[in-house]
Amino acid sequence: MLNTVTLAADIKAPSMNYEALAPMLIVFGAGCASVLVEAFAPRAARHIVQTVLTLVALIAGFVALLFVDRDGLKTAADAIAIDTTGLFLQGTILVLGLVSVLLIAERSLTPGGEFVAHAAVAPGSTDDKKLTASVYSQTEVFPLTLFAIAGMMLFVTANDLLVMFVALEVFSLPLYLLCGLARRRRLLSQEAALKYFLLGAFASAFFLYGVALMYGYAGAVDFASIHNAVQADRGDETLLLMGLAMLIIGLLFKAGLAPFHSWTPDVYQGAPTPVTAFMSACTKIAAFGGILRLLYVGFGELKDDWRPLLIGVAILTMLVGSILAVTQQDLKRLLAYSSIANAGFLLTGALAMNKEGVSSTLFYLVAYGFTTLGAFAVVMLVRDADGEATHLKRWAGLGRRSPIIAAVMTFFMLAFAGIPLTSGFTSKFAVFSAALAGDAVSPVIVGVIASMILAFPYLRLVVLMYVTEPGESGADVHVPGAFTSAALTLGVVATLLLGVAPQPLLDLAEQASQFVR
Amino acid sequence: MVVDVTSSYLGQYASLALMLLVGVGFISVSLLANRFLRPATPGAAKLSAYECGVDAVEGDWARSQIRYYVYGYMYLLFAVEAIFLFPWILAFDLPGMLVRSAVEMGIFAALLALGLLYAWRKGVLRWV
Repeated sequence: MLNTVTLAADIKAPSMNYEALAPMLIVFGAGCASVLVEAFAPRAARHIVQTVLTLVALIAGFVALLFVDRDGLKTAADAIAIDTTGLFLQGTILVLGLVSVLLIAERSLTPGGEFVAHAAVAPGSTDDKKLTASVYSQTEVFPLTLFAIAGMMLFVTANDLLVMFVALEVFSLPLYLLCGLARRRRLLSQEAALKYFLLGAFASAFFLYGVALMYGYAGAVDFASIHNAVQADRGDETLLLMGLAMLIIGLLFKAGLAPFHSWTPDVYQGAPTPVTAFMSACTKIAAFGGILRLLYVGFGELKDDWRPLLIGVAILTMLVGSILAVTQQDLKRLLAYSSIANAGFLLTGALAMNKEGVSSTLFYLVAYGFTTLGAFAVVMLVRDADGEATHLKRWAGLGRRSPIIAAVMTFFMLAFAGIPLTSGFTSKFAVFSAALAGDAVSPVIVGVIASMILAFPYLRLVVLMYVTEPGESGADVHVPGAFTSAALTLGVVATLLLGVAPQPLLDLAEQASQFVR
Repeated sequence: MVVDVTSSYLGQYASLALMLLVGVGFISVSLLANRFLRPATPGAAKLSAYECGVDAVEGDWARSQIRYYVYGYMYLLFAVEAIFLFPWILAFDLPGMLVRSAVEMGIFAALLALGLLYAWRKGVLRWV
């Protein structure tokens, strides 16, 4: 009894800097409020209430972010590091999350929106047919999206491995569910959700085992202690290297880097397109935010051990992504392989191990996020009676029937290919020059080659839209609703602005590349 | 020179390994001894599975109502979350911690209750 009392007396309540945590708390709180809306609001009002609540929460979170102290601080018993890099990543997640929510909220393209009303109804059953015909929709996607965004925000500021793991699960679990909610092609969607869940659980297990080994090595799980233990060279090196390898495997999976990329095409294809857009923009930001913090803050001293290996991963990822993108016949799969290759470019920047490496990676994440969101928004518009027409053949001759949408898609494809005056050129230039300055020559050479290979599938789509005769099976282009139009406009404007006048954001990213340990 | 195995990192687990070894050995030796000492007269009744004295129902595959899943899930949730109450017990009667800890645990319990409320509103708790 006496023993417990002395133990209890040692407990100190951690101090919380609520101002610095406000952006996250707002989004988490809105998630809870959104669950209440789901439970108590009348069905007819839910969609509008949820949309407004989600958008307002994300804007409020962003406004709160602007007031956070930018000197870099640690709070909640040093478990959360609010530094400029973390704030930049949080802001990016909020803005791109907002654009994704616009796509998620869109209901004018198909009656009831892109999400199935009752996910538990067996696909192909009579109930399912009734459900497809009805305009009945569900709005659980909004709380799930809010929790995912909040989890990502926590993930990029986590300063210890346990908080990082919890945040990883907080943003992954809603994503697994969101993948399985497509209204059309439900079997494909459920397959995507199951694959993502099983492989994601596997990756989480690796990460958790890595945390355990790291605790065995350093006797602590926060980055500062691990850094000190590495610097003082104490503890068992076997535990350290095995633990680090497992942590990196967990994060490589989330970022879709080869050889842990194989879930990406199936999941991107099966998931509802707004969710695919959300994943390709925001999950990528969260995963790379985590990789940057882990490698730079926790294990920077060990870079001679992990850097050669990760350079190999970057090279493999760029080659796998670009070569397999050439063979794709489905547009969503093509964009999935393109996102794998882009993850390779991002890792090239992250491996530069200098200030420019961090800032160029941050810039790349913003630029790529806007372009990919825009491209998936266009995918949502090209439809036939069965939903989206994602087979490349169906896009033949699109340039004649709807010149504006074809022009917008062409612009996004040119940005992906890295043509000057688009954000794709600026961001690729930034990561490659940072990597060269950081003496990582081989991934840059492979990166340039991969960019050239990747230009082929992008330009093939452009040729299909403008030159090829439209076949019998051409798809219709739907008029975008207000939300999709807004998302498309934001995507085009950001891609153009970041290509023509990238300096303000480059400067911001430059100031933002400051970690606290 | 005497080497103290318990001082190395994995050596700390030596006593656990010994314990496991003794446990496995004890069970196998006693079962084997039984096997050789007892008379063997198998019969249909003796070979059937023992279910608390009730006659065994046929087949080892049984369907259970899917609704049990949601109930089991919600039970598990609360059972696991209850573990978080234990560190709280240690802290809440310290001077100056009473209100603070009560509020914080209140928030925690409210978040859990939110999930229960949601399940209730969605008709999960209705057994028909």
